[in-house]
Formats: sequence, C-alpha cells, structure tokens
Amino acid sequence: MALRGQGGAVVVVINTVARVALYTLWTTFIVWTSTSFAAVLPEERIDLLHHNYNGGGMQIDGPAVLVRKNLGEQVSVSGHYLVDSVSAASVDVESYASPYREERIEKSISSDFLIEKTIYSLGYSTSDESDYNGKSYAFGVSQDFFGDLTTLSLGYSIGDDTVGNSTDMNFSEDVDRRTFQLGLSQILTSVSVLGIALEFINDEGYLNNPYRPVRYQDNAPGNTKGWSTQAEVYPNTRHSNALALTYTHYFQWDGALVAQYRYYTDSWDLQGNTLAVELRKRLGSWILSTKLRGYTQTAADFYSDLFPFSDAQNFLARDKELSTFNTVLVGIGARYNLKPSLGFVKKAEVGIMFDRHMLQYDNFRDIRQSGFVAGQEPLYAFGANVVRFNLLVWF
Amino acid sequence: MQMTSLFCRVATLGLSLALGAGCTSIKPWVKPYERAKLADPIMVQEPFPLDAGYMKHMYRSREGARGSEGSGGGGCGCN
Repeated sequence: MALRGQGGAVVVVINTVARVALYTLWTTFIVWTSTSFAAVLPEERIDLLHHNYNGGGMQIDGPAVLVRKNLGEQVSVSGHYLVDSVSAASVDVESYASPYREERIEKSISSDFLIEKTIYSLGYSTSDESDYNGKSYAFGVSQDFFGDLTTLSLGYSIGDDTVGNSTDMNFSEDVDRRTFQLGLSQILTSVSVLGIALEFINDEGYLNNPYRPVRYQDNAPGNTKGWSTQAEVYPNTRHSNALALTYTHYFQWDGALVAQYRYYTDSWDLQGNTLAVELRKRLGSWILSTKLRGYTQTAADFYSDLFPFSDAQNFLARDKELSTFNTVLVGIGARYNLKPSLGFVKKAEVGIMFDRHMLQYDNFRDIRQSGFVAGQEPLYAFGANVVRFNLLVWF
Repeated sequence: MQMTSLFCRVATLGLSLALGAGCTSIKPWVKPYERAKLADPIMVQEPFPLDAGYMKHMYRSREGARGSEGSGGGGCGCN
C-alpha cells in the first residue's frame, strides 16, 4: 500500500488495492455459491489463473489458485490463494514520491452445506501486505423455489481491517465493514435469465489513505508551483448502495449475450453508472467472446483537484478514484475445451482474456506537467492492458 | 441504526417476493426438460471465477463505485 520515497522514507500511497480486496473476495464468494446450478454443490475442480495488468505506470501480476473438493454428498470445501506483485510508478507516485515494489497475498477458505434445496455457506479470508491487513468473515444462503425457476441468495460479511503507516511504526487504525447482499435470479424463458443484485456496504473507521495529500492554492513568494499540500481528511463512515440487473440470453446461432446495468450511490455523494455487454459464439471446441463496458461517475462532495486554501473544508480528498471521470473497457477472449487423457481428470478448459481499459478524468489534473498555472494543468488520462490466462481442471 | 433500517428494508423485500410467489396461481412456465440451453456452458455468466474476482478487484481499485458486480444469483434447476 505504501510508496517509499527517496532515502527510504515512505512518502505517499497510491492505490486502494488493499482496502477493496476483501470486498471483492466476498462478492465473488457469494456469486460462486449462487451461480451454481440450483441446490447443487459446486463441482470438484482446480482453477488456475495468471494475471497481468500494465498501464498508468502500474505493473501488477501474479498467480492464483482455487481448489474445491466435496466431502460426501452434502459438504463442499474450497481454498483460494492469490498473489499480487506490484511495481508502481503511477501519476500519484511520480507526483509526490518515487516508484516502489510490494506484494499482497490474499487467502480464503470456505465451505458449502447442502440441506434439501438450500445451500449454506461459511467463509473466512485475509489480505496481507506490509502496511495493511484485512480479514473478513462471511455467511451466505441460497434457496431455489417456484419450480426451481427462481433462486434467492443472501450474503452477509463482517470485515475487520488494520491500517498501518510505514513511516510511523506506532500508527495503527481500524476499519470495520458490514456488507449485505441480496440476489434474485429468475428464469424468464427456455433461453433467457434475469438477475437482480443488491449490495449495501457500511464502513466505519479510518477510511482515508495515511500517505496521500491534497493540494491547495499557495501563491507565497518563491513557490513556483503555485500550490502546496496537506494531508487528506475523510469522513469516518461511508454507506454505499448498488443495484445491478443482469440479462443472459442464448441465441439459436449457438451464441449468447450477457448484459448488465448497475446503478451506484453512496453517502459521499458519489454516483456511478455501469453498462456492460458481452457477446459469445461457439465454434467447435472454442467459445469466442467480445466485451464492451462503459462506466461513469460523479465526484465525492469533498473532492477537489485544487482547494482554494489550506483547511478549506472539514473533509478533503484528491483521490482520482473519487473524482468525476469515465472509463471504457473493450475486451476479447477465447475458451477451449481440452480432451485430457489423464485418468483422474474428467475434463479441462483453458481460457485467455485480453482487455483494454481506458480512463479519462474530468477534474483530476496531471501535476507532473510543468509550465502551467496551478489548476490549468492538462487533465489526466491513461490506458491499461489486462491479460489473464485461466486453466480449469475437473477431477 | 442505519444497518438495522437497511436490513428491515431488504427483509421486507425478500418476504414480499416469497409471499407473492406462494399466493399466486402462476405455475412454473419453463419445464425442467426445456432448460438444456440454460445449462449450456456458453450461458455461464462467469465461467472463470478467479478471473471474474480479479476483474472485480481491478474495477474497485480504479473506480469509485463498489458492489453488485456479480450476477443476481443464477441456476436453472437443470441437474
């Protein structure tokens, strides 16, 4: 999480990777449970992933593995391990400090219990790096009804994070998180399914970054930049709400469509809209896919690229993820069914995905550029390539 | 307090849905033998769960919105 500046001092922090890791993990956990076929335990399988992200001065890559095994007819257990190796020289890093390297490790164990037509799930996960540690406990339940046309899933998780600071060994702050998820899947026709997902997240504690500053206008003699910095200050609470609709359709030309719309709002006055469409086509043992995703958001009410003076308001942020911006992602993918001859392998599948993610900020400026009046620097934009290689083995 | 209110809202919604399904005379209109296409691997919303989890993490790291990235449940009762 931290960025080490020249001379070994930690100067600033960049990303929210650690903070978001456990949110994502348990969203995924609930979806793993709820997207299984109704009232059936997950299949016994080993999933392998290698991921690579390259863009905006960030290079992140590493492996991940997920193993699921059944214990009898009613219990399934799984374990998950992921590594992020980060090499960071993002716009924040280059604006305030020097590039750094670090590693984050994410682990989880979970278990599903099938009782009649209901699946109960329990899980525990951790995310660890040098100055941020998170752990999370989750419970989920999924039930089919209405002739198995409808699946209702509920999830609840408790997060407990500890925020550190590499420049201050005595610094330790807590973040408590409660996440509630509700999912409803409805079969509409013999070729279409509609899904509705609601998720509410409540955070309490130290929510800002211990390193990242904001900037304010400062025309003092000798200050050629025209601005100075002070520590950012966030509220201690954040309540967020997200609603998503997902439509899946099978076409007679042996293809499929997955379309999703999501609306997001939170107590920081940030609103987001996401629209994603994926088209798939089968050709023999191959399934080819293409994807388009657009996202737009308004800024948090305490965000500013350049505050008019020091301590201009109670809460201060210059995190570009809280600014007004939009993103576009285009992607392609290919899956291939393998015919393994190994005795214990029932079947296998490989998949490679390539996405191009482009981000354009409306009120976050690139202050690395010199020769501009404060507040008139070029708006920041960047693109990133995201490549993943997947291998699934059923046993 | 806010969590309690939130939970009540969600519980009410869930109960309404369950009661609505139980009190109506509508019968399930897609029979199990008509669900073959829904069970096709091409219809799986997230065929690679690790990949999907990684992408959600990537979005959450770079965008302000969070939550409901996955589907609203799934399954077709085919097995």
